Amino acid sequence: MTPIVSRAVRGLALSAVVLTAFALLDASAHALLAQNPFGAPRTAPEPQGGLVGWLLAKQSEFYREISAAIRAAKSDGSAVGTLLGISFAYGIFHAAGPGHGKAVISSYMVANRETARRGIVLSFASALMQSLVAVLIVGIGAWLLNATAKTMCGAERAVEIASYVLIALFGARLVWVKGGGFIRALQVPRPALAGAHQHDHGDHGHDHHHRHAHHDHGHDHHHDHGHSHDHDHGHVHDEHCGHSHGPTPAELAGPGGWRRGLSAILTVGIRPCSGAILVLVFALAQGLFWAGIAATFVMGLGTAITVAAIALVAVSARGMAERLSAARDGGGMLIMRGLEFAAAGLVLLFGIGLLFGYVAAERVTCF
Amino acid sequence: MRPACNRLIGWLVLAAAAVLGAAAAQAHPHVWITAKSELIYAPDGTITGVRHAWTFDDMFSTYALQGLETKVKGAYSREELAPLAQTNVESLKEYAYFTFAKADGKKQKFSEPVDYFLEYKDTALTLHFTLPAKTPFKAKELSLEVFDPTYFIDFQYVQQDPVKLVGAAADCKIQFQRPNDGTAAAQKLGEQNFLDGGNANFGMMFANKITVECP
Repeated sequence: MTPIVSRAVRGLALSAVVLTAFALLDASAHALLAQNPFGAPRTAPEPQGGLVGWLLAKQSEFYREISAAIRAAKSDGSAVGTLLGISFAYGIFHAAGPGHGKAVISSYMVANRETARRGIVLSFASALMQSLVAVLIVGIGAWLLNATAKTMCGAERAVEIASYVLIALFGARLVWVKGGGFIRALQVPRPALAGAHQHDHGDHGHDHHHRHAHHDHGHDHHHDHGHSHDHDHGHVHDEHCGHSHGPTPAELAGPGGWRRGLSAILTVGIRPCSGAILVLVFALAQGLFWAGIAATFVMGLGTAITVAAIALVAVSARGMAERLSAARDGGGMLIMRGLEFAAAGLVLLFGIGLLFGYVAAERVTCF
Repeated sequence: MRPACNRLIGWLVLAAAAVLGAAAAQAHPHVWITAKSELIYAPDGTITGVRHAWTFDDMFSTYALQGLETKVKGAYSREELAPLAQTNVESLKEYAYFTFAKADGKKQKFSEPVDYFLEYKDTALTLHFTLPAKTPFKAKELSLEVFDPTYFIDFQYVQQDPVKLVGAAADCKIQFQRPNDGTAAAQKLGEQNFLDGGNANFGMMFANKITVECP
């Protein structure tokens, strides 16, 4: 028992280090990305609040320019171009209406061994969905039903809570699946690692199997694949091996590929950005609903770019961890399983934190 | 075994805190309020309440007016806005009216707003309301902070006469500190808070701090 526990501790500790590094990277990458589009020097002397203060000031500035641009577009059609430009910049800048979006996607990517390409697709799909939900809420609420702000904000809140519940459930499911993988990895005696397949046939029949259902792929994983045809997973010889190939284009577009990532898109994308809703209602009141819709989707595009960039960082961090751990014979798989387990835990933690208001910054204020 | 376990837990907590902290750093306002406040004193020098006038930004004003029927399009009378004003003050309760008072270090509570109404002028809505002190109090040093802890709302006081004392003794001195004021070390503290993962009171660094000293 004891060697297993000590390996567990080592594996988890290493995973935590990787995740921490990733989290810090996330923060700094975000700061950098947010800065570049505007070409302002880092040492902008404006507010005394340092980088955070500067970011917030810049963001507010752009957001407030949106209302001016919509007003201008009323009399001058060419202002729509300006509106779209500002909306795009704002989308990149404030990156993901809900700040948790990219954190959840990134954690999911690490937990579920997703590929870079899938990360990009997931980021764009969830941002698109976010924009769509915002348009739907305002389109149905304000345009069709002429509901009051109170009613719409209530709807927004309900959607928000649903989204947080979904994240928590999604996280719980990931934890369950990845916890199983981690525990099995612990039970594999070290020398027999290469033969891990045999050990697991007994307790095979659950969870990850409906996740990565075999019929999604056109071939038999258990017998056919070579060791390194997929650079992300080539050295991991556990029972998961081969279940998460990089997607072929067909797989991405096909029903199986989408089903796999759909839960991730849903959980993150269902919650619209309050900013988009405000912009839409404002545009509607100015008689320029279509311009508001265009601005919302362009905003989503900007958001998607930032989220995708961060998801890519997560994937490459994971790949790096994998290469590093592959060098340590035997323990490597354990580390990777631990990393996945920890990332899954993070998704769960986010869901719970958001739901119970620990991440207070992500609550809609209705008044 | 034990120390390793503890270290592990430490790492996990740190990792979670870093990610949550990064998420909080993304918080940004969606509503801007330009504020003006009055502190109301009784003749005997007790503080009886605070009177706020909050002007919402263009976009939020439009949002708030959504779905409101009026006799004249684009014009909103005080009566027509009355139900909305009531909704506003009722919902503000949940957020403690974003008004936090301390008398000589002791927290003071407010009861439900009175004399509230909305005014529509130049495409902007202004909410006027008076917060009566639950129990009127005396204070040598009164500290009043106006801010949204979640920073969904950005509070900015007007440049001229942001805070007025009504009926206070002549020797009361007022001090007003804006959130982005260079003298406020709050911002630096705030960034340190991110690193520590302590984002519970994230909006604090955007607080407007009013201090009144009456000898």
